[in-house]
Amino acid sequence: MNDFQLTYKQFSECSILIEWPSIIDKKTLEDVLFYKEKLENTLVKEIIDIKSAYSSILISYNSIIENIYDRKSVLKDIYSSKISILSKPSTLWKIPVCYDEEFGLDLEEISIEIKRSKQEIITLHSEAIYTVYFIGFLPGFLYLGGLNNAINFPRKATPRLQIERGAVAIGGNQTGVYPCISPGGWNIIGNSPINFFNVSNPDSYRDTPCFANPGDKIQFYPITLKKHCDITTLAKAGVFQLESEVIRG
Amino acid sequence: MVKVINAGFYTTIQDLGRFGFQKYGVPVSGVMDNYSARIANALLGNEENEAILEITMSGPTLQFNCNTIICVSGADFSPKLNDNPIKINHAIYVKEHDVLSFDNPKYGFRCYLAVSRGFQTEIVMNSRSMYNEITSQNTISTNDELSILEHSVSSERKNASIRIDLNHFTTKKLEAFKGPEYELLTKNQQQQLLLEEFTISKDNNRMAYQFDEVFENTLEPIITSLVLPGTVQLTPSGSLIVLMRDCQTTGGYPRVLQLSDAAINVLSQKVTGNKIHFKIKE
Repeated sequence: MNDFQLTYKQFSECSILIEWPSIIDKKTLEDVLFYKEKLENTLVKEIIDIKSAYSSILISYNSIIENIYDRKSVLKDIYSSKISILSKPSTLWKIPVCYDEEFGLDLEEISIEIKRSKQEIITLHSEAIYTVYFIGFLPGFLYLGGLNNAINFPRKATPRLQIERGAVAIGGNQTGVYPCISPGGWNIIGNSPINFFNVSNPDSYRDTPCFANPGDKIQFYPITLKKHCDITTLAKAGVFQLESEVIRG
Repeated sequence: MVKVINAGFYTTIQDLGRFGFQKYGVPVSGVMDNYSARIANALLGNEENEAILEITMSGPTLQFNCNTIICVSGADFSPKLNDNPIKINHAIYVKEHDVLSFDNPKYGFRCYLAVSRGFQTEIVMNSRSMYNEITSQNTISTNDELSILEHSVSSERKNASIRIDLNHFTTKKLEAFKGPEYELLTKNQQQQLLLEEFTISKDNNRMAYQFDEVFENTLEPIITSLVLPGTVQLTPSGSLIVLMRDCQTTGGYPRVLQLSDAAINVLSQKVTGNKIHFKIKE
């Protein structure tokens, strides 16, 4: 830890951007999340929100930054401090996905283009364990790393105007689930009936609107159309229990 | 209660925003022009975060079913109470059955209506600001009934009024910080960005504003990173996109500038065809 060259920039009146070298990898993610947790524990009273992405953190303070040098030096001290924090264990979430042709609108095209059967694509997509890097784009949209390169498939030249809620899609070397209806350019291979974002019932799933946190793992498992229908009903009623296990390291 | 007789072009309930949920991908939202919105709440003696109506381009028609005090601020859309013109930026007593309507827009693009103690619409994640998929409605609709608190007309007089600085609506200058990718621009591009005037395109809404002018761009997209309202992005096709209050929390285009909060307020009052220029805030 702490062997990264970080840069600190004032971003707006009330926010500071911290950047790691611009790469996507787990070592960077670990350092980003470790630093973020230390900041959350130390700056409690001064901050509105701390967001992270692949290789950056954005701190929004609740007051205007008067002296940027002081703020930066406080942040640098926190980065190099040896304070030990009780790291939250990460969780592996098992996400049901129906890959039936009713939902998998682009499976056929991908299958022809990459010369693999639909079943092979489904197996490759559902056997991998993905890492949640951060949440962005839409409320509850998880940025996932770990797509098998064999099913890497470029985004559509023209995005669809409307992608259904729960659509499971591949965009280049990324995969993800659209948590609500949205325009989008990724290739749709299935649909998940669960809620990725809970407005009405924020008490379910660990008191936050999203069950998953950056650093968690995700694995998809195939379900039938019938099962998709059943889980949709349960999820709407707010009683569907996601399978999960706590993982270490 | 306020009955919506006609919802107008695009009318929403907003407060100062939904803070603390951006890490879950939730937009900040909130009034686009908080300079004007704060004036309306202040003149009524409201808390600054009370929910108010944000009225875009043309006004709604509203009927009050109880007594209250109102204040209209921001853009001047010629407000009328029972067909009689009323002053903007002025606290006005309203009685049960009174009808508030609007006429010709005189200046600005977003007008605010505050009521005593604020609109009492649903609170989702600490905010009443409407946003699709977060609140149950993303705009108000004709026939809606908006809950407010009765303010009995007493002997107490509210004559609070102020003269606002019209420069807020006419200035072309948008103050901005250098964005994280500003230094990646060539000297020519930096000059173009700071010396040229940009024309507001027809693509502008609560999520983003765009301009007609296209920029010569050689910058590659960045790996997805963090953005805020006011972030100015440069797309691969050379368009500038200014993110506004309802913007996403992350983005993959180079961030060349970051507007000051005051500049976001100024831009919120601009309409298609208006011109602006950027100035680096020292």
